Amino acid sequence: MRLATGIAILALGATLGSIATPALAEWHPTKPIEFVATAGPGGGTDNLARTIQSIITKHKLTDQPVIVVNKGGGSGAEGYTYGKALAGDPYKVIFGTSNAWQQPMVSKVAFKHTDLTPIAALAQDEFLLWVKQDAPYKTVTDYLKAVAAKPGDFKMGGAQSKDTDEVLTRLIEKTANVKFTYIPFKSGAEAAVQLAGGHIDSHVNNPSESLGQWRGGTQRPLCAFTSERLPKGPLITATEGWHDVPTCVESGLNIPRFQQPRTVWLPGKVTPDQVAFYVAMMKKAQATPEWKEYIERTSQTETFLAGPDFEKFMTEDIERVHKIAAEQGWLVN
Amino acid sequence: MENVDALMHGFGIAVTVPHLALMVVGVLLGILVGVLPGLGAPNGVSLLLPLTFGMQPVSAIILLSSMYWGALFGGSVTSILFNIPGEPSSVATTFDGYPMARDGRPTTALATAFGSAAFGALVGVVLITFLAAWVAKAALAFGPPEFFAVYFLAFASFVGMGGYPPIKTLVSLSIGFAIAAIGIDTVSGAVRLTMGVDELVKGVNFIVAVMGLFGIGELLIATEESFQLKSVSSRVDWREVVRTIATLPRHGVAMLRSAAIGCWMGITPGGPTAASFMSYAIAKRLSRRSQAFGRGEPEGIVAPETADHAAGTSALLPMLSLGIPGSATAAVMMGGLMIWGLNPGPMLFIEQKDFVWGLIASMYVGNIVAVVLVLATVPVFAALMRVPFYLIAPLILIICTVGAYSVSNSYLDVLLMLGFGVVGYLFKKLSYPLAPLVLATVIGDKAEDAFRQSMLMSKGSLGIFVSNGLVGSLMAAGLILLLLPLLLQLRRLRAPKPSFDQEPSP
Repeated sequence: MRLATGIAILALGATLGSIATPALAEWHPTKPIEFVATAGPGGGTDNLARTIQSIITKHKLTDQPVIVVNKGGGSGAEGYTYGKALAGDPYKVIFGTSNAWQQPMVSKVAFKHTDLTPIAALAQDEFLLWVKQDAPYKTVTDYLKAVAAKPGDFKMGGAQSKDTDEVLTRLIEKTANVKFTYIPFKSGAEAAVQLAGGHIDSHVNNPSESLGQWRGGTQRPLCAFTSERLPKGPLITATEGWHDVPTCVESGLNIPRFQQPRTVWLPGKVTPDQVAFYVAMMKKAQATPEWKEYIERTSQTETFLAGPDFEKFMTEDIERVHKIAAEQGWLVN
Repeated sequence: MENVDALMHGFGIAVTVPHLALMVVGVLLGILVGVLPGLGAPNGVSLLLPLTFGMQPVSAIILLSSMYWGALFGGSVTSILFNIPGEPSSVATTFDGYPMARDGRPTTALATAFGSAAFGALVGVVLITFLAAWVAKAALAFGPPEFFAVYFLAFASFVGMGGYPPIKTLVSLSIGFAIAAIGIDTVSGAVRLTMGVDELVKGVNFIVAVMGLFGIGELLIATEESFQLKSVSSRVDWREVVRTIATLPRHGVAMLRSAAIGCWMGITPGGPTAASFMSYAIAKRLSRRSQAFGRGEPEGIVAPETADHAAGTSALLPMLSLGIPGSATAAVMMGGLMIWGLNPGPMLFIEQKDFVWGLIASMYVGNIVAVVLVLATVPVFAALMRVPFYLIAPLILIICTVGAYSVSNSYLDVLLMLGFGVVGYLFKKLSYPLAPLVLATVIGDKAEDAFRQSMLMSKGSLGIFVSNGLVGSLMAAGLILLLLPLLLQLRRLRAPKPSFDQEPSP
């Protein structure tokens, strides 16, 4: 396993070199490419895959057709397992999140992230703490004070179990010394509706998952888990935009940064020049106005991690999540 | 009224030559994907989605929603003719549609289905037009305990229906729950019941199960019994279509009741599949001809079809106004909305008036276009019944195989589908009911999630299911439906002796 990671790093190192030196023999696809979204239609991962698909088609980044298929069963495990089974096939590009390495940690799924070849992390989705519009709390400190007074009485909703939303919830509990009852739903969108209906007290949705709800006046963000405030953009409500939401650190909850990367993978055992082709393609897709528009619309943070940078990011994230998973007794191996 | 003005404005947008042309194209494509099992509306709409990126949002949604209408109609065709439900929500249509078609009346069966479906859809659209704001608020009242209560009601209305020994129903139901539990569990995140098959982590797709249980199961039975069709009139008879439509008002009460069930389940959102099952079960209980159900009773077609389409149509409302999709297809369309730069949610109705009302107007027009097109094709589809069995049988096998494969391009699904075929055959042979198994497979995991979420919320107290009027009355209705037939039976058995049984305590 470690060897595979090593090879992947070497491969990516080689690839990054090869972008600079076009003298190397380049690989080009000669048949249709399949984008595998490890989520159902309509979710964040599916949106990313379809956005890239439309950019590639519009800007003719390859002359081969690109199709998107959804393999979101088992919280994404279906798509990753599919990728694992197709080792050596450079025509399957798998779109996911950090659950590529988090899910095998807490659930007995049949894949490890080292079964796949990492291409890039393209965007970081941000997290905010949301409460119902008419909740009495002005700041996150008010809210956490109320939660601390009644341990376990406050209900935090989130997408899936033992995934990023629950990891963040446990992190908040630890940092602020409080206790929530975590209720897992199928998706962040479902949690947002449950909050609007007052069935839960808060959730930690991404900006795009609750944008409509904030604008519609059913819920509002207390703070953002970012190191600095989100960028200035158009107003969401009559008076506020994303930039007006304080960071959690400035309002007294010391969690400086919590993000979910949107990741792209190939099956295992592909060649360095095949990896290079897709790294370059993703890079080109990011340079288009459609990509800018996508990032703004979904209020994500643009990033481009490939090769050793991506590996380093993964190692750090694995360490952090592993610690929480161990404390909660979630580890399966 | 403000809504009426807005609707008229919407008609101005929807009724233009290019938009009408888009509707016809969308409906025809929809009928095609609906007829081919496994393809289905969600897949069809995803395939078409990339084509719409360059369009105006309102044109794009008209194309996609027309495809949805077409697929809803098309899904009933194979259910009725070959006992293969093209869509999960048309399973209940097979119960009486298929016997009627086998009895030599395919035209009547299809026309009944389409006529009542159109009525259901129309009720759904009217509801969206006039009650949009109110309905959006009502949906918010549904938390996990309320959802569980709705699913419980659906199970109860079906289980207590009778016709089979209760123990057989229970066995069938339990197998269904077990199948629904395969894959990743939402509440604990654990992998369950994959039995060493890695790919099963995705769970068992409903289409795969249903095509095996019904399509292949029926094929095996038919082969054994040397399948003979009663002679079907050889002429392509359009008058039969008109005649059937003219008799539909006779089932007016059933239609209205089914439309109400459908709208309610579409909004809450219990979904079209649960709606059609529930509506069928309730129709059977309330009908004076209850014994005829399952043998080609028209009301057994009217009830599920009306509810299915009323639910399918009203499922778009929570998507537009709350950003929660009521069905798989609505989820794909919601993805489309975001790519076109629109944000579904409460503000859509205020910020994107042209889009919303253009879409609502197109639902009226699109459904009329759809029903005209499908009714026109009825005799053609019905003619398929005259093709000899030795040609149709391999065709059914091919359709089921391709259908199962195309659900997620997986060979495992084809094997599963064939396995379910054997299960379906055994169930028929041993006269176990298939419907409870199907219902549990579809909504079993949702019911389980809702139950366990409720338990988390209440820290393990069942009191949460009577904690407010809404959930309490839903649970009470479910318990009454579940227990009433048993109590009536007991009373009948003990009629000569003094009665011991108690009143149902909700």
